Amino acid sequence: MSAEKQYIDFFGEVRDTIAARSCAEMNEQRESAFEAFSAQGFPLQKVERYRYAKVDADFSPNYGIALAPLTGPLPPYCFRIAEADSHARVLYNKVADATDSIVALNTMLCVDTLVVHVPKGIRVEHPIQISNILKGDQDTMVSRRILVVMEEQAEADIIITDRAASQSRFLTNQVIEVVMKDGSHLNLYEIEETHLLCTRYNSVFVQQGRDSSLHHTNLTLFNGHTRNRLDVLLQGDGSEVTANGCIIADKMQRVDNNTLIDHQVPACQSSELYKYVLDDSAVGAFAGKVLVREGAQKTSSKETNANLCATSSARMYSQPMLEIYADDVQCSHGSTVGQMDEAALFYMRQRGIDEKEARLLLKAAFITEVIETIPLESLRDRLHVLVDKRLRGELSKCEGCKLCK
Amino acid sequence: MLQINNLHASINGKEILKGINLTVKDGEVHAVMGLNGAGKSTLSNVIVGHPAYEVTEGSITWNGKDLLSLKPEERAHEGIFLSFQQPVEIPGVSMVNFMRAALNAKRKYQGLEPMPAGDFLKLMREKRSIVELDSKLTSRSVNEGFSGGEKKRNEIFQMAMLEPTMTILDETDSGLDVDALRIVAEGFNKLRRPESSAIVITHYQRLLDYLKPDVVHVLIDGRIVKTGGPELATEIESRGFDWIKEEIGL
Amino acid sequence: MGNDKNSFVREVAEKKYEYGFTTNVETDIIEKGLSEDVVRLISRKKGEPDWLLQFRLNAFRYWLTLEQPTWGHLKMPPIDYQAISYYADPTRKGQGAGSKGQEGEKEIDPELMKTFDKLGIPLEERMALAGTAVDAVMDSVSVKTTFREKLQEKGIIFCSISEAVREHPDLVREYLGSVVPYKDNFFAALNSAVFSDGSFVYIPKGVRCPMELSTYFRINARGTGQFERTLIVCDDDAYVSYLEGCTAPMRDENQLHAAIVEIVVKERAEVKYSTVQNWYPGDSEGKGGVLNLVTKRGHLRGANSRLSWTQVETGSAITWKYPSCVLSGEGSQAEFYSVAVTNNYQQADTGTKMIHIGRNTKSTIISKGISAGKSQNAYRGLVKVASTADGARNYSSCDSLLLGSHCGAHTFPYMDVHNDTAVVEHEATTSKISEDQLFYCNQRGISTEEAVSLIVNGYAKEVINKLPMEFAVEAQKLLGVSLEGSVG
Repeated sequence: MSAEKQYIDFFGEVRDTIAARSCAEMNEQRESAFEAFSAQGFPLQKVERYRYAKVDADFSPNYGIALAPLTGPLPPYCFRIAEADSHARVLYNKVADATDSIVALNTMLCVDTLVVHVPKGIRVEHPIQISNILKGDQDTMVSRRILVVMEEQAEADIIITDRAASQSRFLTNQVIEVVMKDGSHLNLYEIEETHLLCTRYNSVFVQQGRDSSLHHTNLTLFNGHTRNRLDVLLQGDGSEVTANGCIIADKMQRVDNNTLIDHQVPACQSSELYKYVLDDSAVGAFAGKVLVREGAQKTSSKETNANLCATSSARMYSQPMLEIYADDVQCSHGSTVGQMDEAALFYMRQRGIDEKEARLLLKAAFITEVIETIPLESLRDRLHVLVDKRLRGELSKCEGCKLCK
Repeated sequence: MLQINNLHASINGKEILKGINLTVKDGEVHAVMGLNGAGKSTLSNVIVGHPAYEVTEGSITWNGKDLLSLKPEERAHEGIFLSFQQPVEIPGVSMVNFMRAALNAKRKYQGLEPMPAGDFLKLMREKRSIVELDSKLTSRSVNEGFSGGEKKRNEIFQMAMLEPTMTILDETDSGLDVDALRIVAEGFNKLRRPESSAIVITHYQRLLDYLKPDVVHVLIDGRIVKTGGPELATEIESRGFDWIKEEIGL
Repeated sequence: MGNDKNSFVREVAEKKYEYGFTTNVETDIIEKGLSEDVVRLISRKKGEPDWLLQFRLNAFRYWLTLEQPTWGHLKMPPIDYQAISYYADPTRKGQGAGSKGQEGEKEIDPELMKTFDKLGIPLEERMALAGTAVDAVMDSVSVKTTFREKLQEKGIIFCSISEAVREHPDLVREYLGSVVPYKDNFFAALNSAVFSDGSFVYIPKGVRCPMELSTYFRINARGTGQFERTLIVCDDDAYVSYLEGCTAPMRDENQLHAAIVEIVVKERAEVKYSTVQNWYPGDSEGKGGVLNLVTKRGHLRGANSRLSWTQVETGSAITWKYPSCVLSGEGSQAEFYSVAVTNNYQQADTGTKMIHIGRNTKSTIISKGISAGKSQNAYRGLVKVASTADGARNYSSCDSLLLGSHCGAHTFPYMDVHNDTAVVEHEATTSKISEDQLFYCNQRGISTEEAVSLIVNGYAKEVINKLPMEFAVEAQKLLGVSLEGSVG
């Protein structure tokens, strides 16, 4: 209980300050979250969903803990929770898994929530961009919370980017809750482009109503340690989800994606594609479960995890899981860990492309499959460029620092 | 000029080439014929530097340079082009990106600036028409979903783009119907310049009808056992290889 | 028509478990319960040397420190380890517990012979035409090993493990626990403490075993557990194919079966291990049935060695096992072929582990799960490629077939790859028998039951084909029987 203690003690000291800076909806949940966190502590690797994470090590360092409310002008359809519509506000902490200690820690320490609320029937023309920028001279732990409410037939693209503007150590604990009502459509993109000293815990919970559709893409382009949890609960007939991920990691980076697609009702479709390119001593993990509950007939589900290990010190853990309790379903999953296609490499060299460039082209090509599925064209083009730069080592956020050499 | 002297090469410890001697002068077309397993594809792979093959003895020089000391891409820059027997599919790498990377790598080797994008696309269009390659194909990933014939045409298209001085056609005729064969062969002939040379590896006469080799070699069990003029190919077409084996006492 | 249907149902009900009879033989059973004294008693009854007693005691003491694992996708009834008798000897009539174990030529109870006849096991050597050497294990003791002399000519040792302890102590001592150490897991520790009998096979260098070797296990006595132990050592350039068959009578309490199989494969040697498991699965209400909790592992020690596991699992209330391969030898190759059928309330959590350590090692996993009724069927498999295993290759394919809407089919593959030259591929699909397929069969005059059996057999064919001929026929029949009553 060593890593937990500092957070428990800290909360004891500042609970009043937090409550004063926050609002009723959030404060109502705070004490029970504190109790849950104190009782359970951080999840050990024994906990199946944290099998590949190193929670204790990630949360042990002595961080300054940020307790600042949201500032600055907010994009359209975005509100501080205190100013959001009461219909949306009440959904706070209703979708997240309250039994997860990491979520409980967020609920306990977070002072403000960004609510994205798209009203019924509204189609948001331009993508809503939310930029999280980590900045500060001190090592800081940040608790961030986002609640997205898509009313009936609403449509939107939301891009959430994580960046770091200074060289301190940062630990982010982010929880995103998404409520999608009947017939709504959401394209949700998360792009992480931080640096080697950044640790990110991100838990995304989505609840989908009838005939709703979600396209979620999670891109880890540059990071330190990242752990993403994504739970999608398909609760309305005919809902659809596409959950894709693209991960480029090298040096000592670690990226762990843990997903659950929960088919609770009939006739839903899910499709998952996660691709990793691992270089140097990077460690990647993918654990994705597709759960088809009894009665969820006519489910169609496809899950793919493909991985490219470029060095002998890179490691990949892959665990695609199917748990199925209905018979009229079509489910498949596939997973591969492999290296570059030697025949393709030689073919390119015969055409005069040098080996380094050929390898780079093949890595980019491997990732392309994920980028190409992105519905937003401008983002797709931008990402092709970013991926190319990343692979060429031009995206390093800490140029000049010793770690990246 | 390509000069191969006493070339021995093996794969996975098994010797395939057992002392090849071959000289191809500028402007000449040589045909290499032989049965499956004789070592024809090994010969072409060794010339372009495939890493799976180990040269255990002998030398290859190209215009006086020691070819064996060069990397595969450097051999390509020196003007050697292999039309693969089975061109590999490279999903996710578009033809345009692929060709631009190849062409600019060669230009860099020659000390030239990269070709401006506009000029490059114009060049693509120009060369495409020579082998009647559908524009849809060049907008796809390299060889992905191409039919057998389309892949071979794509090889000749790439040859047109890179303008090699030595082209090796490794069983380019296999899997092609008569019309596709004609298009590929005529494309090849249109693209050839007087000083450029070629090695044509084939089982059959029909490709040679178009390409008109100056010299024909017969490869059996890793050695060139007979060399002659175009008439040798005609003779093989009608009599097969057995008489040659008898002649040399195999 | 109504009558026809009834008779069909009756037939099915009666046919459900063909092997459910008990044999009236006098059996020497020791008191229920487990303690150090019981471990000593088992060892004494078998007249074992001190090193083996120590091995058992170490295992027992270690077992006491463990808790039964819970990570399987299984709902396990609690097991009262003190309510089980750890030794039952049906060959020793009239001798009470505690009598000195004078081992001589055993006289086999004619009733027992009949039991094995009923099971169709060619125990008598006149059945030699079948070409299979058999070691039959009933409850705890190996009853008879056939074909002994013929095998001896080639230097092959095929006997019960008790006998091997007496006659080849050095071999047993060298290899026992070398593949599955007693510390491996809860059930391995338990088995190591109380194992009663099992088979021992040694194939000397360069010898191809001329016939299939076979063991039949049967739990007969009430309230006993079976803890057999199989040890197979295949020396350089040797070959053996080994078959294991299992049955148990119908009883309404759960019977425990916690076996260990250890296989050592040396240079260029090849072992094929086939299992057709048909322990009593419990009744249609989920009452009774065997708890099949087994540790099976092969160590491919030698370069270019080969090991293949083939299993057809149709019985047991609970099956929890992962026949595994440790691929140390350079260029060694391992295969795992499995069909697991669950019906009614059966539960299975089975699969394999392929641990690649040596260079250029290859493994293949083909798993077919078929669930019906209210059963749960899970594939769980680990493919691990160590950083030393350059050029390692694995291909896994796990398919599930669901018959009915109240059963479950689950796939839990784990891939840990620590080497960039490795290629690891996994694919899985879940499907059901389509209405179109059934209708097509119906239209051609094939009943729905028969059609399901046909389709299931076709689905499992890839695995069934890996079995030796006699077993393949038996396995096909079993697939039909276990699924009866599961459709419509």
